[in-house]
Amino acid sequence: MALMQIAEPGMSTDPHRHRLAIGIDLGTTNSLVATVRNGIAVVINDEQGRALLPSVVRYRPEEEPHVGYAAQRAQSEDPYNTIVSVKRLMGRGLHDLADAGSLPYAFVDAPGMVQLKTACGIKSPVEVSAEILKRLRERAEHALGGEMVGAVITVPAYFDDAQRQATKDAAKLAGLNVLRLLNEPTAAAVAYGLDNAAEGIYAVYDLGGGTFDISILRLSQGIFEVLATNGDAALGGDDFDHRIYCWILEQSSLAPLSAHDTRLLLTKAREAKETLTEYPEVRITAVLSTGEMVDLLLTAQVFDALTASLVGKTLGPTRKALRDAGLTADQVKGVVMVGGATRMPQIQRTVAQFFKQEPLNNLDPDKVVALGAAIQANVLAGNRVADDWLLLDVIPLSLGIETMGGLVERIVPRNSTLPTARAQDFTTFKDGQTAMSFHVVQGERELVADCRSLAKFELRGIPPMAAGAARIRVTLQVDADGLLSVSAREQSTGVEASVAVKPSYGLTDDDITRMLKDSYVHAKEDVHARALREAQVEGKRLVEATQAALAEDGEALLSAAERADIARGLSALAAALEGSDLTALKRAVETLNGLTVEFASRRMDASVRKALAGHRIEDVEC
Amino acid sequence: MSHYDFHKNHFELLGLAPRFHLDAARLDQAYREIQAQVHPDRVAHLGSAERRVSMQWATAANEAYQTLREPLARARYLLHLRNVDTQEETNTAMPAAFLMEQMEYREAIAEAKATQDAHALERLEGQLKEKIAQHLAGLERALDHAHDDAAAAALVRSLRFLNKISAEIADALDALEQ
Ligand SMILES: Nc1ncnc2c1ncn2[C@@H]1O[C@H](COP(=O)(O)OP(=O)(O)OP(=O)(O)O)[C@@H](O)[C@H]1O
Ligand SMILES: [Mg+2]
Repeated sequence: MALMQIAEPGMSTDPHRHRLAIGIDLGTTNSLVATVRNGIAVVINDEQGRALLPSVVRYRPEEEPHVGYAAQRAQSEDPYNTIVSVKRLMGRGLHDLADAGSLPYAFVDAPGMVQLKTACGIKSPVEVSAEILKRLRERAEHALGGEMVGAVITVPAYFDDAQRQATKDAAKLAGLNVLRLLNEPTAAAVAYGLDNAAEGIYAVYDLGGGTFDISILRLSQGIFEVLATNGDAALGGDDFDHRIYCWILEQSSLAPLSAHDTRLLLTKAREAKETLTEYPEVRITAVLSTGEMVDLLLTAQVFDALTASLVGKTLGPTRKALRDAGLTADQVKGVVMVGGATRMPQIQRTVAQFFKQEPLNNLDPDKVVALGAAIQANVLAGNRVADDWLLLDVIPLSLGIETMGGLVERIVPRNSTLPTARAQDFTTFKDGQTAMSFHVVQGERELVADCRSLAKFELRGIPPMAAGAARIRVTLQVDADGLLSVSAREQSTGVEASVAVKPSYGLTDDDITRMLKDSYVHAKEDVHARALREAQVEGKRLVEATQAALAEDGEALLSAAERADIARGLSALAAALEGSDLTALKRAVETLNGLTVEFASRRMDASVRKALAGHRIEDVEC
Repeated sequence: MSHYDFHKNHFELLGLAPRFHLDAARLDQAYREIQAQVHPDRVAHLGSAERRVSMQWATAANEAYQTLREPLARARYLLHLRNVDTQEETNTAMPAAFLMEQMEYREAIAEAKATQDAHALERLEGQLKEKIAQHLAGLERALDHAHDDAAAAALVRSLRFLNKISAEIADALDALEQ
């Protein structure tokens, strides 16, 4: 029985067993799931052999929502309940949405993030995205037929903290263990770079359905180092559709449209746009619910003129990324094109002109992001791979804190390599002041009002002192997912802030439990049973990892007493894994984690020493 | 076995001698080797203890790399290790000639902005680059050879201004390109 081995440190369960992990490209228009099988990244198709899952969710009263093609077919018939391009709503308030007026939804203005009124009640974009992720998870589980370690989910590089947190929450809600949030252009660079053994400076130009990213990377000796990234989280193929849509309205001088007709014309616009990639002109015809007819001819030339400013909008961020990387366009060795919208000829031309070279189109722009995510997931799950490589990514937007007069004090500059932590000291401005409030924002502008508000918190219990005497150090830590956590501490007394800053728009664990209970699928499933299963997976993983570490370094780095302590923690966890007491299991995991902190840090020290052993301390020759 | 205190010294962490002159290739190499060991992606499948330690190490390695790679930050850091206060906030007494020059740069930028003259901005950028290079050479002399910390601190203060102007020019160029 497997559990017998657990109590015996040093005897690890088979460490070479392949761990199942997936990469998900959660796109504005289309989503995909991929995995690494026998060392090769492959997209997992649905039962009909289709790779793409349209990112469309249709809510139906008293029934499970439709996701994908079925939902897409109903989008003009049932516009309010059929949510498309939900990614553009993630982590966004109603006031952030420039085009909210023209979107055929019943928006609810909720604090932090906008919500949607549907046949199944009010849904947050996080819940809608979770439906898409759930479908992909089921697809993967079905195809892989084993227990999944976790998933890498891709996000636009230019997503801010709110949008990343929303994505991670959606994944949790969909029952996925998130190994990492990975930037889409970086995922594409991994897939491209490993495939072509590329070395040198590369740009990834990613224009999808709803977002634009440009990343500049240095690929060298197995390290993918993002030097700079920039973009526009609200610019994509959808906007090209919208330009055609406005042109149709203008040409046919139509009266204000119903949601149904809006969705119909937006769909027609998208079809026309895609046709113009292959043909010099396209005929657009539609019959509206009012009986009005649309019958227009759109030429590529007119389309180019309509969208020239959109195409131009991608060049500003491109220049800025190059500047931040300290490079010029002619130092870029190749431009990898990603995203369906890069198929448009005007995009190809513009990029070729800007970089003075033909862009690289040899990867399927629809699949490359998911494949890169799968390759990364495979490594993060702990599977050994033939060629060792590492990703170093950056934070896309600066983080700062509000100071007097509504100004932003920049603390973490954009394009800092992750993970990163920066601290800044603040002081009290009144005698005897015992509390101080902080406001963390993200963005490049000088005024707080022009940046995104991430979190507000208060540090209480500062001992009363004269104004200016207290020294409050605020530390912003950004992890490898690009997610922020904040801590504050009064330096002279060591009073810690009671700040559990979960940024204001994030979901609490309670929210997630409630949403799980609300969702139709999980009404049938026992939420508690699921939490237990997840804790068991984590517990088993911890046991395996600890045993492997003990086998490798236990003798060398630990005293007999320390080994005995950890062994006791292991047995306790093994016992908890046998039972079904969730609280006891969580406690056992925590205890063992606590017992191994010192061991983990000694192991890390030893491995750094070993890596640098060849050339410790440069010789001082002057 | 004693702990390696990675917060103590960026130079030590990256295996470099504590001086201003820097072998950039060597810095890059050491940084990459450390990240290859400590990066959170290496331990994503392990327990929370490993993940926490990894995040601390990788954060420290990034801080060390960023500080040493950037000349102004490196000079400031060296002076900090020598317990010299660079007085960047308090000592605003700049030589009159330097202040004049600042004014001239600012006026030239404002004028180029007003007339949307990108070439003028690029010319200014070139001049400034040269000026910055002279400062860096001066810093190397003061820090590595003459061991004149006071002179180095003064150079840090004026270099800071030059960098600011340099950033203003970059912003102005950005704005013109929009
Ligand atoms: N042949 C084509 N010509 C022009 N546009 C196309 C073509 N094929 C796809 N597109 C457009 O590409 C966009 C979808 O691209 P993609 O699937 O890469 O986006 P996504 O990954 O869903 O979005 P994002 O990455 O922004 O979240 C849509 O706007 C679609 O109309
Ligand atoms: Mg995409």
